[in-house]
Amino acid sequence: MLVLSGIAIIVVGFALRFNPLLVVTVAAFASAAAAGHGPLDVVAMLGKAFVDNRFIAVPWLVLPTIGLLERAGLREQARTIVQKMRGATTGRVLIGYLALRQITAALGLNTLGGHVQMVRPIVAPMAEGAAAREGDAPLDGETRDLIRAHAAAADNIGVFFGEDLFVAIGSILLIRAVLEQNGIIVTPPHIAIWALPTAIAAFLLHAARLIRLDRRLGDKRR
Amino acid sequence: MIGLDALGIAAGLLPATAAIHHASDRGAPRRWRNVGFWTAFAILLMAGPWLPDMVNGCLLLMMVAFATIGLRPASVPTTSEAEREEGARRFGMRLFLPVLLLPVMAVGGTIAIADGRIGGLALIDPKQVTLVSLAAGTFFALLFAILLTRPPASAPAAEARRLSDAVGWAMVLPQMLAALGGIFAMAGVGKVVADGVLDVVPMNSPLTATIIYCVGMALFTIVLGNAFAAFPIMTLGIGLPILIRHFGGEPAIVAALGMLSGFCGTLLTPMAANFNIVPVAVLDLKDRFAVIRVQAPTGFVLLAFNIAVLALCAFPGASR
Repeated sequence: MLVLSGIAIIVVGFALRFNPLLVVTVAAFASAAAAGHGPLDVVAMLGKAFVDNRFIAVPWLVLPTIGLLERAGLREQARTIVQKMRGATTGRVLIGYLALRQITAALGLNTLGGHVQMVRPIVAPMAEGAAAREGDAPLDGETRDLIRAHAAAADNIGVFFGEDLFVAIGSILLIRAVLEQNGIIVTPPHIAIWALPTAIAAFLLHAARLIRLDRRLGDKRR
Repeated sequence: MIGLDALGIAAGLLPATAAIHHASDRGAPRRWRNVGFWTAFAILLMAGPWLPDMVNGCLLLMMVAFATIGLRPASVPTTSEAEREEGARRFGMRLFLPVLLLPVMAVGGTIAIADGRIGGLALIDPKQVTLVSLAAGTFFALLFAILLTRPPASAPAAEARRLSDAVGWAMVLPQMLAALGGIFAMAGVGKVVADGVLDVVPMNSPLTATIIYCVGMALFTIVLGNAFAAFPIMTLGIGLPILIRHFGGEPAIVAALGMLSGFCGTLLTPMAANFNIVPVAVLDLKDRFAVIRVQAPTGFVLLAFNIAVLALCAFPGASR
């Protein structure tokens, strides 16, 4: 049971808002200690595991490009497009992005999206621009943060409940492998088809919530 | 051959740029802790495989120490709002092109050189084709953005540092959590939790077993931050022996909805840092749990939906 101390430390550490890097480090020491490893062992294990997972850092290479485009006015351009569209609201912009993200992920185009390259420079400015049109009072910090958080959520929900419709995605290959090791043969399309009900439910449910967000934003600004 | 080592060296160029930029930012407050943080990250990515594990571990702890005392970097000069408005008018829709080039390159590369061979030569490790395409895509996108917007020579490095600073320690968290996942696996955390669940709850009907399996997948994912890590444990513990073998559930349905229940857990956990904590930093939000808060209602309702679909569709003709 002591190995679970790592989980307890994560929960308490996150709840008390310590720096997450520190929380994770302490949790690693606690869990490894419970499994009988001394602190020096853990330092080496962490170092090795961190380096083994260095491929995770590759997508950050997009940052300089996004920075240069932001510097040249990408966010302002995204906002302008939305403000030229009559009838564009925060909720509708995000429903559109949710649909786009789900459909492209279902076609295996997971890379067409993401918080750094799509949400920050394009989707969030569009959603904010739809809420505060030219001549309106600027958004207060709380409303702005709420809209941005919704933009990030639309990206996550779209990709999670879209990618499982694509037969060559990691999760489906994992399902097939786990079942196959136990003598059960299933085909990827058969698994993918059973992701469809949840994909549709996710879209309808989240779209309904985004329509409610519009109403809430409308009330707030009136 | 271009493989993981080359990818690490490429990935390290970003923190190395940030470190050099900080180091040359004379007179900036807290300059050296920022230099220290990004230098350690760059060394780990670029030289880590050739250094002793102990050295890597110490570099990592150094980064944790800098992040804990607070990086609080000085701001970098960038364009004014008026200049950006002017840029938006001047470049218009063309500003989107470099952003689109990236997925085109990533997907195109993955399809075109699936076996890692270019012109008959085995140039790229076939296991890393997707990431190599992505990395190549970021370089071409950067080149494209430079040619398009013609910024001053100092701008690319300054922008690399500005956004690295904006993301800060969150850039390291996903990799750190992956390392923690390895330690959890070594310590047997998954097995302890699975045994706990199995011992406590009686599973005498398909419905209770379905609820335990789906909620268990979500809970496990919340703890481990990753539905992929939770899936084998829960499926071998409950899904396969009880839902499939004992109650005769249809394997594809059980497994698909189990995985999707895990994804509901991913919406709810700070352990899935890439999805839930990184955007807080990227979008400069005040509340660390802002994204999770917004996602939670959707996550809970979809979990209930998954349980219903599994219970209703996976057991044809079973007595309930």
